[in-house]
Amino acid sequence: MQDPASSQHAPADASAGPGGSASGPTPPSGGVFVARSQVMDGADLARATRRMAHEVIERNHGVSSVVVVGLYRGGARFGEQLAAALSEIEGVSVPVGVLDVSFYRDDIALRRVVPQAVTEVPVDLTGKVVVLADDVLFTGRTVRAALDALNDHGRPRAVQLAVLIDRGHRELPIRPDYVGKNLPTRRDERVEVGPDGVVIGERVPIAGEGRP
Amino acid sequence: MRHLLGITHLQRADVEEILAVADSFAEVTRRSIPKVPALRGRTIVLGFFEDSTRTRVSFETAAKRLSADTVSFSSSGTSVSKGESLRDTALTLQAIGADCLVVRHASSGAPWQLARWLERTCVVNAGDGAHEHPTQALLDCWTLTRKLGPLDGMHLVIVGDVAHSRVARSNVAAFTLLGADVTVVAPRTLLAADIESWARAPGSVKTSDDLDRALASADAVYLLRMQLERQHEALVPSLREYTERFGLTRRRLDQLAERVAVLHPGPMNRGVEIAPEAADDPRSLILSQVEAGVNVRMAVLFLTLGGQHAVEGVAGE
Repeated sequence: MQDPASSQHAPADASAGPGGSASGPTPPSGGVFVARSQVMDGADLARATRRMAHEVIERNHGVSSVVVVGLYRGGARFGEQLAAALSEIEGVSVPVGVLDVSFYRDDIALRRVVPQAVTEVPVDLTGKVVVLADDVLFTGRTVRAALDALNDHGRPRAVQLAVLIDRGHRELPIRPDYVGKNLPTRRDERVEVGPDGVVIGERVPIAGEGRP
Repeated sequence: MRHLLGITHLQRADVEEILAVADSFAEVTRRSIPKVPALRGRTIVLGFFEDSTRTRVSFETAAKRLSADTVSFSSSGTSVSKGESLRDTALTLQAIGADCLVVRHASSGAPWQLARWLERTCVVNAGDGAHEHPTQALLDCWTLTRKLGPLDGMHLVIVGDVAHSRVARSNVAAFTLLGADVTVVAPRTLLAADIESWARAPGSVKTSDDLDRALASADAVYLLRMQLERQHEALVPSLREYTERFGLTRRRLDQLAERVAVLHPGPMNRGVEIAPEAADDPRSLILSQVEAGVNVRMAVLFLTLGGQHAVEGVAGE
């Protein structure tokens, strides 16, 4: 196919990467991730998740109408863990879904956007309290897209936002309700969240990889 | 993707990506309001220079579910009938602001020519002459892989008028690209000479005139439409004889193993290439194919139009 872009779609998909919603003039795509420092380990993440679960329960006086929806990709695992913590603490099963927001992004025309997972929302969200879960909150554009996407699955009574890392640099009036850790960063840095913790670093271009 | 012209120009990874994106659109289709804002404000022109119902309706539905605006025209009742050249028509559509031209044309290669002329408008081939019909092949691949699993090592039998069929050419390329071994069964007069060259690694293609033998080891049978309008060319002695030797008759259906899927691109000539009982049999995936068509075309439109106005030369030519 007459398509020079297809070969570079993997690195270009910065938004779905662990850095959160990268966008704006310098999406740090391509190259390799070089870790600089670890800011949380796996146990820290588990403790933060558990503390946020308690906050969700406190704020909503239980979990009776709570549905957790993780934002693919980084928020999917966090959503599962948050829902598991809620279920364990309250002793009832909390429904959990996963949302891929590709079709609702505001930059579809500007770069190559490819959905990485099939959206799975287990219940009609009308009347529910939806807790959106994401690993890294950055520009807020992914969350904006998620709010639009949620609308197509019903009309929730309220939507709350839980993030493991808030790294700042918001481009939209969006703020989280539950935060694992506030992490001041430079815009060009990368934040990677994995099962073993949170690492801050940067993308370093590989010689010869740069395109004209 | 800048354009979707044919399967010939795709790699296996491209096909698999389109099929995976179609999974996401299948989820959208299952919703009570099956619509997403992905292509809001984009204009898709459906230029059908040759008759079509299902492909056109399928593309139009796909475009509308992506929130794109659609403009539809056919060669009759437009300036084409006044003698305007294809190039002038295409440049006019581009100047009007068409972001995408979905084109069906009786001349093989017309979409390639259009893609060369158009700088800002992407081209999606909806069938050109006896050459390619890539979205049909993609929706068939989606239907088969989602029902039967990966095609690697599967034996698929394509039966019918291969010589005049763009569906056969695209499907042989797509099925073999995904690893299937294809047997094309047809009367000699309806076989194409260069059929071996249609296959893509890692699959293979061979020809036969013995349908019963081919069906004995088949995982799926794909019946092509007998092009009745070509009957005057006397390529088969009679339709009854054709049905007897190359149709999926009641007798063949009864002998067909339970696991064998039956496909047909439509429109069907019931009683010619396919018995009515076969079309309505539980093994028939014919209506699933039609459903798949919308999801796969949504994926194709989304992937061709997405990134079209890239700021950093992402999709630069």
